[in-house]
Amino acid sequence: MRATAPRVAVAVGVAAFALAPLFLGSFTVSLLNDIGIAALVALGLVLLTGVGGATSFGQAAFVGIGAYATAWLTTAHGLSPWLGLLFALLLSGASALVIGAVTLRLGGHFLPLSTIAWGLSIAIVFGNLESLGRHSGIPNVPALSLGPWSLADPRAVYYVIWIATGAACWFARNLLDSRPGRAMRSLRGGSTLLASVGADAVRVRLVLFVVAALLAGLAGWLYAHKNRFVSPSPFDVRASIEYLLMAVAGGLGQLGGAVVGAAVVLLLKNELQDLLPLLSQRAAQIEAVAFAVLFIGLLHFARAGVMGYAVRWWRARRARAPSAAGAASAASDGVVADAPPLPRRALPARGTRLLEVEGATRRFGGLVAVNDVSFAVDAGEIVGLIGPNGAGKSTMFNLLTCTLPLTAGRVRFLGDDITGRRQRDVARRGLARTFQHVKLRPQMSLLDNVALGTYARTGAGVLRAGLRLDRAEERRVRAEAWRQLERIGLAARAHEAAGSLPLGTQRTLEIARALAADPVLLVLDEPAAGLRRLEKEALGELLKRLRDEGVTILIVEHDMDFVMKLVDRLVVMNFGQKLVEGSPAQVRSDARVQDAYLGAAA
Amino acid sequence: MGAVPLQGLSMSAVPLLEVRDLHVAYGQVEAVRGVSLVLEKGQIVSVIGPNGAGKTTLLAAVMGLLPARGGLAFDGTDLGPLDVEARVERGMTLVPEQRELFGELSVRDNLLLGAYARRLRGATLKTRLDAVCARFPRLAERATQRADTLSGGERQMLALGRALMSQPRLLLLDEPSLGLAPLIVRDILTIVRGLRDEGVSILLVEQNARAALDSSDHGYVLETGEIAFAGASHELARDPRVQATYLGGGSDGA
Amino acid sequence: MTWDIAAILAMDGLANGAVYLLAGLGLVLVFSVTRVVFVPFGDVAAFSALSLAAFEAGRTPPTIGLVATLAVLAVIVEVASLVRRGEARRIARAAALWGALPLVPCALAWLAARPGVPAPLHVASAVLLVVPIAPLLARVVFQPIADASVLVLLIVALALHFLLSGLGLLFFGPEGSRTAPLASGTLELGGGYTVSGQVLLMVLSALVLSALFFLVFERTIAGKALRATAVNRVGARLVGIRPARTALLAYGSASLLGGLIGVLIAPVTTMYYDSGFIIGLKAFVAAIIGGLVSYPGTAIGALAVGLVESFASFWSGAMKDAIVFSLLIPVLLLRSYAWPPAEAAEEEIDT
Repeated sequence: MRATAPRVAVAVGVAAFALAPLFLGSFTVSLLNDIGIAALVALGLVLLTGVGGATSFGQAAFVGIGAYATAWLTTAHGLSPWLGLLFALLLSGASALVIGAVTLRLGGHFLPLSTIAWGLSIAIVFGNLESLGRHSGIPNVPALSLGPWSLADPRAVYYVIWIATGAACWFARNLLDSRPGRAMRSLRGGSTLLASVGADAVRVRLVLFVVAALLAGLAGWLYAHKNRFVSPSPFDVRASIEYLLMAVAGGLGQLGGAVVGAAVVLLLKNELQDLLPLLSQRAAQIEAVAFAVLFIGLLHFARAGVMGYAVRWWRARRARAPSAAGAASAASDGVVADAPPLPRRALPARGTRLLEVEGATRRFGGLVAVNDVSFAVDAGEIVGLIGPNGAGKSTMFNLLTCTLPLTAGRVRFLGDDITGRRQRDVARRGLARTFQHVKLRPQMSLLDNVALGTYARTGAGVLRAGLRLDRAEERRVRAEAWRQLERIGLAARAHEAAGSLPLGTQRTLEIARALAADPVLLVLDEPAAGLRRLEKEALGELLKRLRDEGVTILIVEHDMDFVMKLVDRLVVMNFGQKLVEGSPAQVRSDARVQDAYLGAAA
Repeated sequence: MGAVPLQGLSMSAVPLLEVRDLHVAYGQVEAVRGVSLVLEKGQIVSVIGPNGAGKTTLLAAVMGLLPARGGLAFDGTDLGPLDVEARVERGMTLVPEQRELFGELSVRDNLLLGAYARRLRGATLKTRLDAVCARFPRLAERATQRADTLSGGERQMLALGRALMSQPRLLLLDEPSLGLAPLIVRDILTIVRGLRDEGVSILLVEQNARAALDSSDHGYVLETGEIAFAGASHELARDPRVQATYLGGGSDGA
Repeated sequence: MTWDIAAILAMDGLANGAVYLLAGLGLVLVFSVTRVVFVPFGDVAAFSALSLAAFEAGRTPPTIGLVATLAVLAVIVEVASLVRRGEARRIARAAALWGALPLVPCALAWLAARPGVPAPLHVASAVLLVVPIAPLLARVVFQPIADASVLVLLIVALALHFLLSGLGLLFFGPEGSRTAPLASGTLELGGGYTVSGQVLLMVLSALVLSALFFLVFERTIAGKALRATAVNRVGARLVGIRPARTALLAYGSASLLGGLIGVLIAPVTTMYYDSGFIIGLKAFVAAIIGGLVSYPGTAIGALAVGLVESFASFWSGAMKDAIVFSLLIPVLLLRSYAWPPAEAAEEEIDT
């Protein structure tokens, strides 16, 4: 049951915003306008950097593209500013698409460095094109007007700006709570995580980049028609850093951080501009220094930003007073247990050959990690792949999930040759996997983590999600995630953050995510590693239950105790080759296996 | 230097290494749970156990690479406040599982840097280098080659040679047999036994139980972070519980 | 474009390339050891140039004040950290190292500002004066957050640049300056081509310094220790090399290179308080061509950047920087296809 207090608070807030210009002076309204515009850019950064993990030191360039686009269209061609909006969005979106397609593959530090490069280049272009007025810029940009009403007055523009910002925040909030949003929130988990649920991390990141650029372009359009003048200086690297400062100061982890951060930074700037001339004659120069010092201090001591601390305080308060809501029920928060289920795959009959590995070989330079290994997995069994440390199990695992390419040999899945395919293609065909080092999203709820597994079974895109047109599909997704959580016994904790779970439970949650993909074959990577005895027993029970329900499982393990009691069949590897294949009893009594594990006497 | 010596478990002289009720967290997991062991001067002690038992974590904590709770004493000195570099200066070295060689530097440079903590220069440094090269003639042959062009066995020898350059009192060896052919493993363990005769005490962590027990005086069996059982190596070698630990159906160590 | 013009542009490109080479070496050095993209490098060079200009104008360089302030801050930070670790007995030594030592070049500079001091002493003084800047900045700003992600370190480095250039404006004012040439005269190359002494000096300096660089790395233990830390941090710790100490050595060397670059370009370009940024960025492009890890790659990159800049400036003076930076994109692309980056685990935001 949703508490009404936040709803009332939101209503009051909206009313306050709507009525503010009537009571505040022109200067304050103008400041609020600047905050609203900056908040749009900062929102893009919270999405791109905070959620997506990619930093851009060039957002101001997109603001500039938006501003110059509309300024040029409305002055040089006399067209309506509303057409200018379309043009601004088109240009900023298109340039983001091009730049992103080219640079977003770069990982680590190369990506942000490339954003400095194009941010600088674009700013230089602004200052040097004749048609854009070079360093003087473009003056006399027309004001916005709605029919006969001119919106030149700051109070009138206020509404346009804050409606835009409000709409953008609403869109962003919807977006994060949807199928594409879950994928974006998983970007920080790495591209392998996304590939394992059938998503393309590069594409997800590119979409996010374009969204952030569109927000910046919109801000640019507003800037141009509010100030009615465009020049190159507000769009350089310094401005980009300032936007980043806003996002960090407000809190990269929360959408609200954009508005809070923009307000904090601009208000502070304002105060400094009032205060510094009293302290020194060279106020304007000290301002830059003061800001830099503040930014560095922020990054040293308060990296979470204002909203970060606010959230922490709020959570601590809630933890001390447990609400009466107690265990989540299926009806809470929009999870509808009777929503029509997502389409399911037809599971192959018991005994059908699901996976066939033929002569798999993998070389790393001179080292042969996997050497001519062949085995198969049929529907309805649990097969274990075991071997001592260094035997090549992990490499074999990566080969059959297509995380690593084969040097030689073939892998067939459901009769199709998947050699050389990408991991996400194999995932979409029904091979679901877990990870040795659990890849969950600790900040996302259990339900959301499992829902990520349904990515390949659903299709809502960014636009539908942002405009909240995907609710029907979302209900089905949540119902499915709920069902999987029930299957593994975690439904009662559906809305808790996944990071609060102990390791054993996290492993089980990953299995639920894999099951949410409706797989034909479930491949588990050392699920028992690091678990205590009781947790291992529970895991073993769960896997046997799943097998009885018709899920085929291939498990890579080194914990012999665990595996012996669980599997139907074992494949033993050593030194990259297949040593022996057979039932647990056969394998354990085989002298070669004993030698492999205990080692040869030296 | 202001350190308080811990009470030793042994009656005679202070043990070279004493680990008391050590707890080490590795990420979310408590990988080492209440491990205690003793290593006397001049001993080779092996810690064996299946993969994932926590052996590498144990050595990393003893060396100071991972934070740990519990008692750690080296020749009576509490290791708690000392960082890795300080422990190296006192005469402890670790040859880690990943070897951690300086791949782009030459074999010779790798060895020279092994003596960094001793601040040797000139002739003394050269003499030390020659001594180590005499022990590993294959390294001497490849002195000017880049370390990352060596084979697996040669890398192991280089890692060991680098550790010996500082003339350590305690040598921590993490899975020296990993990824190596049995013949090379035999060579390396022969060298290790020879080191004991020269006064170097060794803590040997190994997955290859038979080889480890063959080469050591005393053994500890580690299972899921705890010492399951221990004893003289030649007795452990015949103990059926060891096979059960590795192949399942095993001891109730949890 | 005639051959004559091409030759002149090539010479120019070579001279610029020499500067970018030295800067690139410093940047790669710091990055490989500390993972910090040391953006303020250009500002150090600018300060050295502006200090030299101050000497020539008969003024005491305001850089002294900057270094002294940083020294005080460093002492405070170091003492605080010692006290927190319970090692208060080391305070005296820390104060001497972090406080007294950086003040030596300050004192030297103050003396050198007196009238009648010969020009070479001015040059030496200007260079030495900026040497403490990077290590002090490292101690105060980077070391406390040494475990932060590469991204946070990059943001901090950028903020630091704005701090330094802001201070530059405050201390040196907005006017630019050019110093007297360090080497006069020209050299006849035959065929009617001449090259100025200054250009020759720049190229020669680059070559000599690079050679020195490599000698230090190859022959001295400290140099080897530095390379080792860059190649394998854990391995370095295991032989007793303290990463913080090698980091300081890297920063100090970078500062020294920055100082030398400053005095080399001061006679050739008009230096402003914010000229450092562009120089640093172009050196970056050079370093990135070398993948931020390879010195020979950086050398090739520096040459490429210098030549591209030179020829681009002929085509469009105003856009030459844009062209140089755009060069970065295809280079990065090529790198990421030829050497696909390993998948690094992202960090969660602290909320």
